Amino acid sequence: MSITVTEKAARHIQKTLDKRGKGFGLRLAVKTSGCSGMAYALEFADESLPEDLVFECAGVRLLVDPRSLPYLDGTELDFVREGLNEGFKFNNPNAKAECGCGESFAV
Amino acid sequence: MALLQIAEPGLAAAPHQHRLAVGIDLGTTNSLVATVASGLAKALPDADGHALLPSVVRYTEGALIVGREARAGQADDPHNTIASVKRLMGRSLADADETMRSHYQLSDGPGMVGIETRAGRKTPVEVSADILRALRERAEASLGGELTGAVITVPAYFDDAQRQATKDAARIAGLNVLRLLNEPTAAAIAYGLDNAAEGTYAVYDLGGGTFDISILKLTRGVFEVLATNGDPALGGDDFDQRLAVWLKAQAGLPAELPIEDERRILALARSTKESLSAVEQTLASVTLGDGQVIRVAVTRAQFIELTAELVSRSLRPVRKALRDAGLGPEDIKGVVMVGGSTRMPHVQSAVAALFGTAPLNNLDPDQVVALGAAMQADVLAGNRKSGSEADWLLLDVCPLSLGLETMGGLVEKIVPRNSTIPTARAQDFTTYKDGQTAMSVHVVQGEREIVSECRSLARFTLRGIPPMVAGAARIRVTFQIDADGLLSVTAREQTSGVEAHVEVKPSYGLGDGEVARMLLDAYGTGEIDAATRMLREAQVEARRLIDATEAALAADGAALLSPPERDIVQKAIFALAELLETDEGDTRKIRAATDALNTASGDFAARRMDASIKRALAGRSLETI
Repeated sequence: MSITVTEKAARHIQKTLDKRGKGFGLRLAVKTSGCSGMAYALEFADESLPEDLVFECAGVRLLVDPRSLPYLDGTELDFVREGLNEGFKFNNPNAKAECGCGESFAV
Repeated sequence: MALLQIAEPGLAAAPHQHRLAVGIDLGTTNSLVATVASGLAKALPDADGHALLPSVVRYTEGALIVGREARAGQADDPHNTIASVKRLMGRSLADADETMRSHYQLSDGPGMVGIETRAGRKTPVEVSADILRALRERAEASLGGELTGAVITVPAYFDDAQRQATKDAARIAGLNVLRLLNEPTAAAIAYGLDNAAEGTYAVYDLGGGTFDISILKLTRGVFEVLATNGDPALGGDDFDQRLAVWLKAQAGLPAELPIEDERRILALARSTKESLSAVEQTLASVTLGDGQVIRVAVTRAQFIELTAELVSRSLRPVRKALRDAGLGPEDIKGVVMVGGSTRMPHVQSAVAALFGTAPLNNLDPDQVVALGAAMQADVLAGNRKSGSEADWLLLDVCPLSLGLETMGGLVEKIVPRNSTIPTARAQDFTTYKDGQTAMSVHVVQGEREIVSECRSLARFTLRGIPPMVAGAARIRVTFQIDADGLLSVTAREQTSGVEAHVEVKPSYGLGDGEVARMLLDAYGTGEIDAATRMLREAQVEARRLIDATEAALAADGAALLSPPERDIVQKAIFALAELLETDEGDTRKIRAATDALNTASGDFAARRMDASIKRALAGRSLETI
């Protein structure tokens, strides 16, 4: 059971947390919606919930709820720049197919 | 993969809800529904794995059967089993298809024909709605949710009334129509995007009941329909009919059989035709109602001989469409084959021979229209983001010219046939009489130059024009056609800003046969029209001159003319007026009399000019001028 972040992603998460001024860590979750069945959610976390699993990687805390974990196990969170657009990308070994728009995936 | 941003706790942007949108090919013989999933268009099959839903509805006691099962029951219950209902969409009893008339008990109703069934009188709109509902239920069951909307395809030849009827059917079936799309355009979408092809293409669509040919231009993902043409009464059904007649003759059966047996023979002809696309010869056999067994051996060569005339009939509209587009067969980069009937080898080879290129047929010809419609639906429902490579625009054309009536019953065309839509075109008109304060605007559709030969769409009156001399008012008439092909007309007097407006609500009744007839009429009667136009123009000019001269005489006649001079002008007016009233229709005579009046009143006009200059200059010194 592991979730990791790349160095670049960690740097960016730290920077945005600093700018925000507060925050316990980053919450990664999976929601059932979107055209291929499931979609990622990425939120700041101000506190951890009792059932959360907390991973520490490259100095940032990643919170995952137990229902999302099976879909996210082994995921590496990356921060990339594509043209004018930059943002986070989930490198998820569980995802078998993605929808055309790329916002959701199936396992 | 889309890139994500970090959101505040609990505010993670809900990933876009995929809006379920489908494309529906509502065909004469078969219908089907398709959708885009994970970026790929695919047809949605029913529980048994069949993608095609036969467009057949059977009305039984308290129940409704649609599709395969209904088609199977066609022979047992012909009057209550409705097939090929698309042929009746938007038609009145008077212009109903002959074959449909012989198969069903049709009755006239308000706006549209009705079909008498066990379940009561059914309009073609209701029957189509039953087919669409079956497709909607299939789509919702397989996609697991309610549909946001649908794109429904119609033949390029469908006029406003038939399109409106299709839209009504969809509404009754509980579908939100995102757009009606021309079938060939949908096919081009399916091919254009899948194969990234650019250039000028022809879409040859030989369906069950209709034939359409469209010339499309594809450039950088933009589809423009250059020309459409077709034959509304040519399709795979006709091939079946020919073969059925031949089979009956071969089997020694009488030409007229009980209706149940007719259906059996027709079904046999269809299956024989289908198998002859794959094999060189086959044995057609069926058991008739009285137990008699029919066995006839048919070779592909025999079938080709029987139906060669139908194939060549389809090539005539092809040449016409090419002529409309100003192109030759060599300008066409590829031909897209649509419709199950294009599977017939002799259709393929005839098309290849005409265009000198092998037709495109790597997509299923039965599905290609629905696939393209599904892609369009996906875009219209907002499932693709703008700016992506799939952000394409769709241009379509209006099938007949739109214009308005001018003096003398002539048509001034504002939007020419084959103009791309959506479009807006304006033209300035003026008043015809001094002090005219109202103008009647009569919107017509058709290719002829004379109003009575075109179809009247709407009339409205622009009132409140400030009184001015004839020709001084500037009235701008704007025709606007939206993406669905619906027309609105606005007339606006430019100096005062008064405005009148009409939305043209198409009425049912103008069949595509009538569209075709109106087009043919225009081709054949160009010379007569031109002569009529000259006559009418001469008459209008003559009346205008009489009015103007009489007004001038009333104002200045006594002051500027001696009684004999006045008499000469009066006589010329009288001669011209008499000629107009006797309605001889001789353009040359009217022109001569008009010229005579012009000459007779020439001096008078010059004197009036001098007098008005004198009046204007009186009492002013040279320096101030």
